[in-house]
Amino acid sequence: MTSVAEGEPLIVLDRVNKHYGPLHVLRDVSLSIDRGEVVVVIGPSGSGKSTLCRSINRLEPINGGTITFDGQPLPAEGKALARLRSDVGMVFQSFNLFAHKTILENVTLGPVKVRKRKPAEAKERAMALLDRVGIANQADKYPAMLSGGQQQRVAIARALAMDPKAMLFDEPTSALDPEMVGEVLDVMTSLAAEGMTMVVVTHEMGFARHAAKRVVFMADGQLVEQAPPAEFFANPQSDRAKDFLSKILTH
Amino acid sequence: MDLLSDPDNLDLYLTGFSWILRLTGAGALGALVLGVILAGFRVSPIPVLRGFGAAWVNTFRNTPLTLIVFFCYFGLYSTLGLELSEEIDLNNFWLGVVGLAVYTSSFVCEAIRSGINTVSAGQSEAARALGLSFFQVLRMIVLPQAARAVIAPLGSVFIALAKNATIVGTIGLAESSNAMKTLINDNGSQVILIFVIFAGTFAAFLIPTGYLFGWLANRLAVKR
Repeated sequence: MTSVAEGEPLIVLDRVNKHYGPLHVLRDVSLSIDRGEVVVVIGPSGSGKSTLCRSINRLEPINGGTITFDGQPLPAEGKALARLRSDVGMVFQSFNLFAHKTILENVTLGPVKVRKRKPAEAKERAMALLDRVGIANQADKYPAMLSGGQQQRVAIARALAMDPKAMLFDEPTSALDPEMVGEVLDVMTSLAAEGMTMVVVTHEMGFARHAAKRVVFMADGQLVEQAPPAEFFANPQSDRAKDFLSKILTH
Repeated sequence: MDLLSDPDNLDLYLTGFSWILRLTGAGALGALVLGVILAGFRVSPIPVLRGFGAAWVNTFRNTPLTLIVFFCYFGLYSTLGLELSEEIDLNNFWLGVVGLAVYTSSFVCEAIRSGINTVSAGQSEAARALGLSFFQVLRMIVLPQAARAVIAPLGSVFIALAKNATIVGTIGLAESSNAMKTLINDNGSQVILIFVIFAGTFAAFLIPTGYLFGWLANRLAVKR
């Protein structure tokens, strides 16, 4: 199914299973993501796509199967896990900027405390990243003073400041007012164009069409179908995918 | 008339309340340090630490303070020979501080833990996702935000601590309630006045303390 391959796989999930009590949220999910690839995960709510995304940096521990990142199996805990997480940028639906820190401090915290960069150096880089996402003039404000779209762009800058090998986006635009979705997607599109490895859980079909190398469709905890976006949207193979697309694309 | 004019009485009164102030100060500091550590234990990913924290809280929160202070004196000092100072007053003082700190730490721990629960899980998830360790997440992200939510309830805990400090009188420290007992014994006709003076002194200190904590809580409230 994987038709677009660039380099070797960076993230490999092999028969991953996850239960929440009696609920089987991931069922034998196998997925390989290449370096520089942009994979968009779509599917109905409750299909397990967020859990899948969060399992890649072990915010959700899995119950079965293996996940390999950059050739290494995910560490279970401790320093090794922290080190892995520092290499994987994560952007959340609810932004999760540190409420008691300024925008600038949000972006410099990781580089200074985890990467042990010099504060001045980290600040310079943070300002460059904030400038890139168009928030440099808000650096001294607190997150609550910014709009949702601005906060999410800061969250992306915060993740980029760690120089991650891959970025995970867990429904990054779902909590935004419609007029702010575009500014966040613009930043994501430019990242994708630069060759960042990205896993994006989203309902933004437009983004999936133009920025994804591959669309992964999930339903009921299973990976049902994957294909390049043009192919997937024009000619979905499974009934579940046809049904899902017919519901979201008719409006 | 005797009561108010006798300089010895004034001395008793001032000594009594100076012990209360010192017991409260040292006890609050000890309880705060212990309470923060215990709260850290109770939210830690390590089951043994969580169990220890829970056991500590359940033991000391549910034991009468009088018993704990007695144990410090008769158990730690008389039986086990733990002497915290060669001076008898100071020894009793420090034994009292240990009892107060241990007892109050369980309430501080629970106040802080409820504060930690007001910090959304997303805050610590985002911090962990950056690669911060559990300890860094707690210290840099969770506790600073929890502290702001916890100021008002902590104020109540410390006010209770100030009043509980009178229990150290039971192991012989000449704090305010002992001073009051002596004064009542010597001035049986002026019991009401003595009560009013001692209760009034506590109120004069503690009511503003309560307002101070309330003001701090409002001032430092987390903006969301």
